[in-house]
Amino acid sequence: MTSDVPAYSMSMLVICLCLSLNANSEQAQTGPPKSGSVYASAEIRALQADDTANPGMLWVANGEMLWNEAAGSQAKSCAHCHDALVTTTPATIPAMRGVATRYPMVDAATKSVINLEGRINLCRAKHQGAAPLAYESAELLGLTAFVAFQSRGMPRQVTINETNRAVFERGATLYQQRMGQMNLACVHCHLQNAGKTLLAEKISEGHSNGYPIYRLEWQGLGSLHRRLRSCQLGVRAEPFAPGSDQYLALELYLTWRAAGLPIETPAVRR
Amino acid sequence: MVARADLPAEAKRGAVVPVRIAILHAMETGYRFDVNGRSIPKNVINTLTCRYLGESIFRAEMGSGMSANPSVHFYFVAERTGDLEFEWIDDAGERGSHRAKIRVVT
Repeated sequence: MTSDVPAYSMSMLVICLCLSLNANSEQAQTGPPKSGSVYASAEIRALQADDTANPGMLWVANGEMLWNEAAGSQAKSCAHCHDALVTTTPATIPAMRGVATRYPMVDAATKSVINLEGRINLCRAKHQGAAPLAYESAELLGLTAFVAFQSRGMPRQVTINETNRAVFERGATLYQQRMGQMNLACVHCHLQNAGKTLLAEKISEGHSNGYPIYRLEWQGLGSLHRRLRSCQLGVRAEPFAPGSDQYLALELYLTWRAAGLPIETPAVRR
Repeated sequence: MVARADLPAEAKRGAVVPVRIAILHAMETGYRFDVNGRSIPKNVINTLTCRYLGESIFRAEMGSGMSANPSVHFYFVAERTGDLEFEWIDDAGERGSHRAKIRVVT
């Protein structure tokens, strides 16, 4: 019986901490969400704004090339089904405008939540008869960036309903869950302390509206999952696998969180 | 290898025209190691050239100090309508090329 008392008080303490965390997170959510570019330096914002200087546009150009390239046993290109390419620089495909705003979505056939990368690989399997592209490969990043680029400036349109609520709630839980040796959750930096300074960096609100992004630290383009991996390594947690269910759940939650922010792909960050 | 060249579509004869070219390349320095601790061999674009009206107008020799996805800016004098032909080669022997058109008006 005596051992029950400390356990009981410990659980009360945990509940109190959870309550205070919730109270904090409600307080910190003031005003509309601010894109990561708001927290970036003027030089980085200028680099992102100028399409001829933005290094992410090289991946978009690569994606444009792959869009027109026949692949798989069907020897069909993306353009074969979707639309012919309009010859502007950078290329615009009117039929693909707004497509990226709907992701992550529930795939009608598999009933599971997929992101843009997942859709590209499903398309490859179903319509092109091609092997899936590896996560973080230059090809998949290029195609994703090219498709997302078509919706640049448009806000994301993700609604939470009974088909994706379970995944959304898992993402919300992961967002609040402490992890790693630092024992920090996403919420501690990107919600409660957004806008403050961490060493030489401004902490952003951690929105997902610019992915895939060109990070100067990476010297290349990377997906949201790669960025989440960086965050997990930062708090000394064991990262999830790219394309894993955990990251997809977080991606859905982050997309919902960034509601109203226009897509900036390819964004540039430090 | 993918590249993007940026220059005005049209220029007056005799005008000094700015050109920018960005090339998608990792520019591996040779100082990095992979996850297994093996050294990643140096592989950078060592030579970039540009020809205009059959003449070489620009040449750059680059080393491991250049960033990934190098962006090279230079100027040339527009004389006649024609193509700028960029060519480059990296340490692995892979070649790339890009072509950009300029129309010259009087």
